[in-house]
Amino acid sequence: MSPEWIYTFVYIAWLAGASCFVLGLHRMNSPATGRSGNQLSAAGMVIAVVATFVYLVTREGGLSGTALAIIFVGFLIGGGAGLYTARSVKMTAMPQLVSLFNAVGGGAAALVAIDDFIRLNSGAPLDTTIFVVLGALIGSVTFTGSLIAGGKLQGLIAGKPIYVPGGQLVTIALAVVAVLGTATLILGAAGTLNLDSTVTLGLLGLVVLSGLIFGITMVLPIGGADMPVVISLLNSFTGTAAAMAGFVLGNPVLIISGALVGASGAILTKLMADAMNRSVLNIMVGGFGGGDEAAGAVAAGGASVREIGPDDVAIQLAYAQSVIIVPGYGLAVAQAQHAVRELAELLEARGVDVKYAIHPVAGRMPGHMNVLLAEANVPYPQLKEMEEINPEFDRCDVALVIGANDVTNPAARRPGSPVSGMPILDVDHAKSIVVIKRSMGRGYAGIDNELYGDPKTGMLFADAKDGLAALTAAVKAL
Amino acid sequence: MSQELLTSLAIFTLAILVGFEVISKVPATLHTPLMSGANSIHGIVIVGAMIIASEADNPVSYLLAFIAMVFGSMNVVGGYVVTDRMLQMFRKKPTAPKATTESADGAPGA
Repeated sequence: MSPEWIYTFVYIAWLAGASCFVLGLHRMNSPATGRSGNQLSAAGMVIAVVATFVYLVTREGGLSGTALAIIFVGFLIGGGAGLYTARSVKMTAMPQLVSLFNAVGGGAAALVAIDDFIRLNSGAPLDTTIFVVLGALIGSVTFTGSLIAGGKLQGLIAGKPIYVPGGQLVTIALAVVAVLGTATLILGAAGTLNLDSTVTLGLLGLVVLSGLIFGITMVLPIGGADMPVVISLLNSFTGTAAAMAGFVLGNPVLIISGALVGASGAILTKLMADAMNRSVLNIMVGGFGGGDEAAGAVAAGGASVREIGPDDVAIQLAYAQSVIIVPGYGLAVAQAQHAVRELAELLEARGVDVKYAIHPVAGRMPGHMNVLLAEANVPYPQLKEMEEINPEFDRCDVALVIGANDVTNPAARRPGSPVSGMPILDVDHAKSIVVIKRSMGRGYAGIDNELYGDPKTGMLFADAKDGLAALTAAVKAL
Repeated sequence: MSQELLTSLAIFTLAILVGFEVISKVPATLHTPLMSGANSIHGIVIVGAMIIASEADNPVSYLLAFIAMVFGSMNVVGGYVVTDRMLQMFRKKPTAPKATTESADGAPGA
């Protein structure tokens, strides 16, 4: 068994694994092949892990008993926790779970880099030091950042922007510390500065610590509505951190997969920010809602809204020709996706044309609403994206808004409001509008929705699930 | 920089370009599963955790490697299972009108 001979095969297996990731992501293009794409990607992961194991066992020195124990026990504990949470999580809580998985992934990348640094400390070549320190820094930022983002979505941390005392100055100071620490370490490795190994270790500790705190102060001031963008950005960071670890270990599968995820996260982040008509920078710098601009902007609505009962709504719906359902986060929290499908089927049986208008940022992540509705067996062709459905509101008899707020606010068409410029669903063009909502509470943008003051709008104050159940019963009784 | 690192840099750059190409074609409806799928792929860092575990020779390294293994495994296993759960839902039901599935690019629609 010549190790060199085996290494060639291991290397090829790594490349095969990386190819599976690329092809798997490609197959996620369409709902029909998506699942097989994910399975292909998982197969690539198995290939890469098994190849690594073979490589470690067969190379000179082999695997010590302790190392074996670490690998197996670690895998069983981590894998078990992952399997359990992934199986038991509710569909509505999925975004925060993805955020949690992203956090541990970033944490793992940071730990790998830190361990490499300790081993290579004093005498590490310059170029390796750059990647090690970057890996540790980026990994630390994603670890705490993703935890905070997940905490906000889960409601453990207030969703509204939280301003840290000293605000952005602290964040900037931390960034400066991290950059200076990194620069010093690189200069040390280059031989320009003569640093003692305890000093370099201390510096790395400082860089990691400032990265950890930076992750917190970066995400805290960002409002809950922007969390999807943040998670996507952090996802991209984790990929980059994994690629950095790949540079240090000279491992192609780490580099390719890390770069893939880094690129995908970046694209997704931009797409999501575009959907809200904001730049990524704008989101990272300031929270939605809070702040001065939001305060006195529009206080129009509020005054008089028309309340409407389930029986009246049922009549409107049952005798309409076309109904467009606009689901929002309220529907997701109330777990009302099955209730809405039931109502829609009932209406269709009566010959009503039912469609769903999905705003790109409905729910908590792009496409989150589609996932929830698909879970409830809503036929995929009924789900319409914003550009496609907007012209149809003009011809629609009843628009049924369920727990959606900011994405329907006509104020977004005018300048001067915090939601200005955000693409919205043209719900106000419908002949009649029914809004199911628990109270007159505000959306994430923290402003009143002018739609509710529209004379065409009737408000049905109820929890999404109870409201839909009442509507279904009322339609059946007709 | 060593030749090896330069080669790695080339791989890195090409992989980024591949990532842009592959991903920009995904319709918005699949963005959540996609994010989740990409999230499980960076669980590949588990390979790095295995390598540092094999090279660990002191208590600190043992501990770091162990935590990295736990974190990485959680990322990989949980990530794939959760993504599969999401994608599974898209496959159900739309049995008959499969053709309309690609509504994103220009189905004329009423």
